Amino acid sequence: MMAKLVKETEHPLFRRSRKQHTERIGRGLTFAAVLMTALLTAAIFFLVFTKGISTFTVNGGSVKQFFTGTSWNPGRQTGSGQPIIGALPFLAGSLAVTGLSAILCTPIAVGAALFMSEISPKSGRTILQPVIELLVGIPSVVYGFIGLSVVVPLLRDHVSGSGFGIAAGTIVLSVMILPTVTSLAFDAIQSVPRQLREASLALGSTRWQMICKVILATAKPGLLMAVIFGMARAFGEALAVQMVIGNAAVLPHSLFEPASTLTSILTMGMGYTVLGTAENNALWSLALVLLLMSLVFTLSVRWIGRRKRR
Amino acid sequence: MKKRNRLSFAAAILLCAGLSAACSSSKAEQSEGGADAKEPAAEASGNITAVGSSALQPLVEAAAQQYSADHPGAVINVQGGGSGTGLSKISEGAVDIGNSDIFAEEKDGIDASKIVDHKVAVVGMGPVVHPDTGVEDVTSEELIDIFTGKLTNWKELGGADQEISVINRAQGSGTRATFEAFGLDGNEPMDAQEQDSSGTVRKIVSETPGAISYLAFSYFDDSVTALKVNGVSPTKEEVETNNWEIWAYQHMYTNGEADGLAKELIDYILSDDVQDTLLPEMGYLPVTGMEVERDAEGTIEKTK
Repeated sequence: MMAKLVKETEHPLFRRSRKQHTERIGRGLTFAAVLMTALLTAAIFFLVFTKGISTFTVNGGSVKQFFTGTSWNPGRQTGSGQPIIGALPFLAGSLAVTGLSAILCTPIAVGAALFMSEISPKSGRTILQPVIELLVGIPSVVYGFIGLSVVVPLLRDHVSGSGFGIAAGTIVLSVMILPTVTSLAFDAIQSVPRQLREASLALGSTRWQMICKVILATAKPGLLMAVIFGMARAFGEALAVQMVIGNAAVLPHSLFEPASTLTSILTMGMGYTVLGTAENNALWSLALVLLLMSLVFTLSVRWIGRRKRR
Repeated sequence: MKKRNRLSFAAAILLCAGLSAACSSSKAEQSEGGADAKEPAAEASGNITAVGSSALQPLVEAAAQQYSADHPGAVINVQGGGSGTGLSKISEGAVDIGNSDIFAEEKDGIDASKIVDHKVAVVGMGPVVHPDTGVEDVTSEELIDIFTGKLTNWKELGGADQEISVINRAQGSGTRATFEAFGLDGNEPMDAQEQDSSGTVRKIVSETPGAISYLAFSYFDDSVTALKVNGVSPTKEEVETNNWEIWAYQHMYTNGEADGLAKELIDYILSDDVQDTLLPEMGYLPVTGMEVERDAEGTIEKTK
């Protein structure tokens, strides 16, 4: 390997050292990893985008109908030859489930985070840390199955209807996003500078006043970020929701009636459609909406983060 | 430190490469060994993939398993994915066999002239209800009224005072297409709950008071009540004479004429051996026992 004839320009002093060599290789490898990730993201975006708009460009669906129509049957056509693609029921279902689980989950998550950080760090952390880690590790199909076997019958027997619906989906999703929101909220509360706490106590505030007026106020952007992350997860969750929401393509008018979300329609329909047909393209359009929504969530998190630093 | 890292990295890569090479070579040896072992040259060996209908999947899997046991050189991969997937993959020529529970002519976007149909079995389907509805026999009109939402309570049919809750299979499911065409006479059911697998449908119907849905005969059990329609029971005999009209062929499509291992497998499934023993065991009806024949338009012809 080393025993080559030495040319003049390759005098040992001119030659790159081994360390420099590994340095270059390392830089090359890591850059390749970054490039790969960026290319993958771009490719996914490109694919979903081109497929997603073909419903409107190739099959002649109307964008207005897509966002306002209430009947969904992309295999059939209206009198004027447009595929029937009213996705409003799923949009409403997705937003309802996401919003409601955020509302249900936030107080619990923030409360738990406060307890761990301010009230009783020792016992809080010994109990909650393993619980949170455990909850994160449970696969979504298990959540869905528990929802189907426990939550749905419970709602059916004690509330009304068949038990399938937005309420069941909300309950399952709230438990699913609880660990995410709790740990992020905990980080946000932890990052409140100690001087602020001590200053407020020195001014004579009680611990409760300090928590309400100082800590929560200071950590607000961080808490908001935690909730949005949780919502992004809830919005994209497919399997667990599909198992308990009932998948009826109707505009939800009650929490206890079967409804559907963008994700549940996607997972249900993919195996039954033929690539390139209007039915399949319509599903891609739903995927595009999901992708854009997740983009909105990500951007809003970044925007809040930027504002926080000012 | 650094050197050791690099060494271990290289070792890991070598290990992976070695493992995959070993795997592939052992596979190759196996299939060669199998081909040499006892099969005459006329026997097809090799590797084929069958994709599509989840209703047909268990049968093809079981048959493929039996076939491979007798012919060690044959490797048959069976996958689900739905009839739509089966039909589109076979017309693209991406797989060797496309399984479907509807005629290719019935599916939009499929050029049925390019692919060849092999009907390998028949599946009967029927409406099922929760055991406590108190209704066991409905007329065709009542069935249509239930699924289109005109009837909303079982007491209107002389059953319990219980709201009817309709459960559909997903749009594009072969079972749903068959039930709509022959059970509901082509009427669109109302927008109601949808579930994407027969197993889930059975679970939900057995647990939800007042629920009604439809299942293939192979999914019937004691947890749900199978309805009679117009006094006819959903049984094998009634399907064979077409007194029970809600049934569908199970198709295995090939791109062009079947040849090689794909042909061997389809012939094997059509052999008396499989048709008379394996099929009834798994809840399918032998295609050989049918006294009528139906084409893609739904026209019935008596054959026996």
